[in-house]
Amino acid sequence: MDVTFLLNGERVELRGVDPTTTALDWLRERRGLTGTKEGCNEGDCGACTVMLRDEGGVRAVNACILFLPQLHGKALRTVEGIAAPDGALHPVQQAMVDHHGSQCGFCTPGFVVSMAVAREQGRRDHDDVLAGNLCRCTGYAPIVKAAEAAAEAPAPGWVVDALPEGCGPAPVAPDSADALAAWYLDNPDATLIAGATDVGLWVTKQLRALPKVAFLHACADLQRIDRQGDRLRIGAGVTVARLRADLAESHPAFAELLRRFASEQVRAAATIGGNIANGSPIGDAPPALIAMGATLHLRRGDERREMPLEDFFLDYGRQDRRPGEFVEAVTIPAAAPNLTCHKLSKRFDQDISAVCGCFDIAVAEGAVIAARVAFGGMAGVPKRAAAVEAALVGAPFTEDGIAPALAAFDRDFTPLTDMRASAAYRLAAARAMLVRTLRARAGETVNLLEIGP
Amino acid sequence: MSVTKPLPHDSARLHVTGAARYVDDLPVPAGTLHLAFGMSGVAHGRIVAMELDAVRAAPGVVAVLTAADLPFANDVSPVAHDEPLLAADAVQYLGQPLFLVVAETHLAARKAARLGRAEIAADPPLLEIDAALAADSRFESGPITWQKGDTARALASADRVIEGSIAFGGQEHFYLEGQAALALPAEDGMVIHSSTQHPTEIQHKVAEALGLPMNAVQVVMRRMGGGFGGKESQGNALAVACAVAARATGKPCKMRYDRDDDMMITGKRHDGRIDYRVALDGTGRITGVDFRQLMRCGWAQDLSLAVADRAMLHADNAYDIPAMRIENHRLKTNTQSATAFRGFGGPQGMLGIERVMDHVAHATGRDPVELRRAQFYPEMGSQSPGITPYGMPVEDFILGALVDRLSDSADYAGRRKAVADWNAAHRTLKKGLALTPVKFGISFTLTHLNQAGALVHVYQDGSIHLNHGGTEMGQGLHRKVAQVAAAAFGVEPDRVRITATDTGKVPNTSATAASSGADLNGMAVKAACDTIRDRIAELLAQEHQSEPRRVHFAGGKVFVGDAEISFAEAVDRAWRARVSLSATGFYATPKITWDRLKGQGRPFYYFAYGAALTEVAVDTLTGENRILAAHILHDCGQSLNPALDIGQIEGGYVQGAGWLTTEELVWDDTGRLRTHAPSTYKIPACSDRPRVFEVALWDGENREETIYRSKAVGEPPFMLGISAFLALSDACAACGPNYPALDAPATPERVLAAIRRARGEAE
Repeated sequence: MDVTFLLNGERVELRGVDPTTTALDWLRERRGLTGTKEGCNEGDCGACTVMLRDEGGVRAVNACILFLPQLHGKALRTVEGIAAPDGALHPVQQAMVDHHGSQCGFCTPGFVVSMAVAREQGRRDHDDVLAGNLCRCTGYAPIVKAAEAAAEAPAPGWVVDALPEGCGPAPVAPDSADALAAWYLDNPDATLIAGATDVGLWVTKQLRALPKVAFLHACADLQRIDRQGDRLRIGAGVTVARLRADLAESHPAFAELLRRFASEQVRAAATIGGNIANGSPIGDAPPALIAMGATLHLRRGDERREMPLEDFFLDYGRQDRRPGEFVEAVTIPAAAPNLTCHKLSKRFDQDISAVCGCFDIAVAEGAVIAARVAFGGMAGVPKRAAAVEAALVGAPFTEDGIAPALAAFDRDFTPLTDMRASAAYRLAAARAMLVRTLRARAGETVNLLEIGP
Repeated sequence: MSVTKPLPHDSARLHVTGAARYVDDLPVPAGTLHLAFGMSGVAHGRIVAMELDAVRAAPGVVAVLTAADLPFANDVSPVAHDEPLLAADAVQYLGQPLFLVVAETHLAARKAARLGRAEIAADPPLLEIDAALAADSRFESGPITWQKGDTARALASADRVIEGSIAFGGQEHFYLEGQAALALPAEDGMVIHSSTQHPTEIQHKVAEALGLPMNAVQVVMRRMGGGFGGKESQGNALAVACAVAARATGKPCKMRYDRDDDMMITGKRHDGRIDYRVALDGTGRITGVDFRQLMRCGWAQDLSLAVADRAMLHADNAYDIPAMRIENHRLKTNTQSATAFRGFGGPQGMLGIERVMDHVAHATGRDPVELRRAQFYPEMGSQSPGITPYGMPVEDFILGALVDRLSDSADYAGRRKAVADWNAAHRTLKKGLALTPVKFGISFTLTHLNQAGALVHVYQDGSIHLNHGGTEMGQGLHRKVAQVAAAAFGVEPDRVRITATDTGKVPNTSATAASSGADLNGMAVKAACDTIRDRIAELLAQEHQSEPRRVHFAGGKVFVGDAEISFAEAVDRAWRARVSLSATGFYATPKITWDRLKGQGRPFYYFAYGAALTEVAVDTLTGENRILAAHILHDCGQSLNPALDIGQIEGGYVQGAGWLTTEELVWDDTGRLRTHAPSTYKIPACSDRPRVFEVALWDGENREETIYRSKAVGEPPFMLGISAFLALSDACAACGPNYPALDAPATPERVLAAIRRARGEAE
């Protein structure tokens, strides 16, 4: 297939590319652009971070799990294209030198690109911007100093590319939900690739061949968030980054959970539809969506059906999705004032949850009048806690009042022991999340991230 | 003078532009082949058969090698000749290389490697330390025991005995650049590019594997993307694999591990457990400590004996304890062969005694800093210096003054009260505080390794070409050494060109390890530069009827009596006068002697010191925790480059805290490492650094005659991270009356367990 894009300002037209060739391998092995590094080949270290610009703006993404067709019609910059054509350093590069932000230097290109993108975006939330870039040498302090210094410098114009024109339609990328529906009906054995943040690993780690694929990034109509009465309809192609930004005011707890969803680079590529469709028992969005009472919209050809999201997850690795059927959208309430979300992992940022618990609890006159509770990491699927909900409704929302609900966790969940946590600890932590929800509502200081020395 | 200046890393501009080349970035000749190992899926057993036809038939595969195909030595071990490149018969751990795929691309090699099928008659694996202890599965014939004073008597006559134990985890190096090597067949030998801290060992192992003398193998190493000890011996397998494959095919061969393979194959920090019994007298003073250190060494010996020795050598840390017995077990298991990692056993040993201090303070109700302070070795200058458990006088001890200064500057007393007040007012989030010292011995304990060589050329235009035996892994060694050279010639450091470490230029090098890089190579470079400078001085003195000692090199000029000429002109004159402008330099550390079996002598030239105060908070509901603030005062002697030294301190602290908090290696009961990628193994991320992070350098100089009176800085700051762990212990202790006995790493799960112990709740 043919792919056209800008690479560091120059037009590149590729013919006959294998659709699952990663941008990283192509840059390093074909173009000799070895500044972009392979640190993990799974999107967890950020050493391969590149700058990608399209109609939606500029973002940092991991080149190791980015397939060449995803570049079509876009402008890509690697670390080699961050300095000016005359060799003058970009302010983030100069700041990294001045503040001793590099030691071994291997992670540095990725940091530089992440910081340059952040400079374009005017971002100053450096801890979030850089959560997807691992450094083993510096302890990060000088890198953050450099980011802070560079944020004050003017953004240079040379990294701002005009998008390439006349590229033609994106290869194997239906340009609407209708087109996708028709194509997928004819090709139900194909693999659909949205952000490739999971499918990428099928290729780079499982070394799977994907003989038939379709890319979803051209389906603009899947990337809408529409208000429908008191509900929001979120298209499956909406990225996690965009969802986080758009829901910050209306769904603050969900948005904060999404702040800790993977990393900046992954959120910029990953879609809400992909996060649901891959059926992971530890994907972070489904527990929150289920707690909010989300409805899933599936489509097969012109046939549509909808279901409560929790009903989609049948069993570990098995979803209620027929051949040729895809996730089109998910709808949630337009606001979620009673939602609390608790993500527990070994590391705060860019870690997979051991337990992710979400509670939407309505209280009136001291008693629970409605409760929806869902967990990730506690079963083979993201799962509602029916017994806990039943024990909560009608009970006083007090430490004594929730005691029966705490006792009900055993009835809802029989979690596993794995490398993230033991079964007993998972149950204890899940109960603790309910206690924390109660204490937080009562105004007690319960958030570690909000306190200082 | 160029030394003491905070100059940036010599490659900083190359780093930020992506122009710095690592092994995998080097342009390779057309036809270069790529390698991957086929690995064992069982932890212990014997190979019955291997079915490799599918591997050979896979697209792009050029050759598949097994142990039977290796022409000479099948060994990549650093010491004990117990580590085959490819398993010949016995399989000793899950992940062990069984066969080698040579293919046209990296991806083709990886894909083909998964098609191999090994039939292995499995035996039950020995995985845990207690199982290994019970089976008497160990390196060396039995435990090594050192004794100072009479610990048994101290315990028998103690007013109070405190007992406990602490389990500690291993640590994956997670150098961002994975292991990599490239072999280029030469006319009559082999040129190797390897991401290694030890080029000479690569040369040695490749020569053995090819049946060649060492002079037929040249190893070149420009820079590593991080090492941390993980590239001291663990790169041998890749370099040897490339060399034998290049010999077999006649083609250049390159190998780099995919990250998951890297973590499955290579060794990590030694995990284990330390059991302790502590004797207290009526005043609460510690009169004796009996340690039993259990260290899981994995399947091959590697560097484990020296690592375990260093754990014993740091069992005292900063404390003058009248009687100490240290019993250390080097246990052999069917897991990855544990290897060097920043601190090299020192962190484990030090964690043991710091745990003891924490436990004793809790048990006696004393302030932990006051307790530590009271048990410190006598300060430098004391008429009767303290004696370590291995018989070495501690003559340069400065921790009394250093800890006092840190306590004042970080307001230990005020914070202690603030933390107590917070804890009295909050039930869900508790805070904790700890201030811990570091005394770390500097020198290789294998005495003969304490040597270094250098080669310096001055060209006729006055530019300087510098080479030495040390390797650059991010620590800024080349910058420091170039500053030394520039100081010797009185020129700016940019006149000094640093070149790749090369066994063809400086032979018989020691690993860049044990924090020794600048100490050893800096002195060797200075010796070489001084030789050339003295030759120039002698010539100019003759020409000006002066004396060589009256010739001065400064500010890019040379001063002879009243005359001054540029350095370049001085060099030009020397060249025209047929004076050699090239010299080697050599250095051997003085004063050190060591008998490791007896545990007696002076293994260290000096000690490096530091202290850290860390404040943390824990969530008592889930055990989640984070560092709120860290204040560090660290001793680099007279720093060669304060910016680089502070970088080592900050990075070392965060890495040390990571070891003891988020970084957890988990093996399942078949011996399979389940945490073999950054998705499951969590090194600190950006937001894990302390929000308040104050680092200052102690202003003293090394009392020993080191390079410009500086001190080594690579490893010592790692152990400052122990303060984060003990601050977590302190926060757990605020939850109940009992000692929390926190184990490491302090994941949320372990912290919650410790909180429950503190409260006396059933686990």
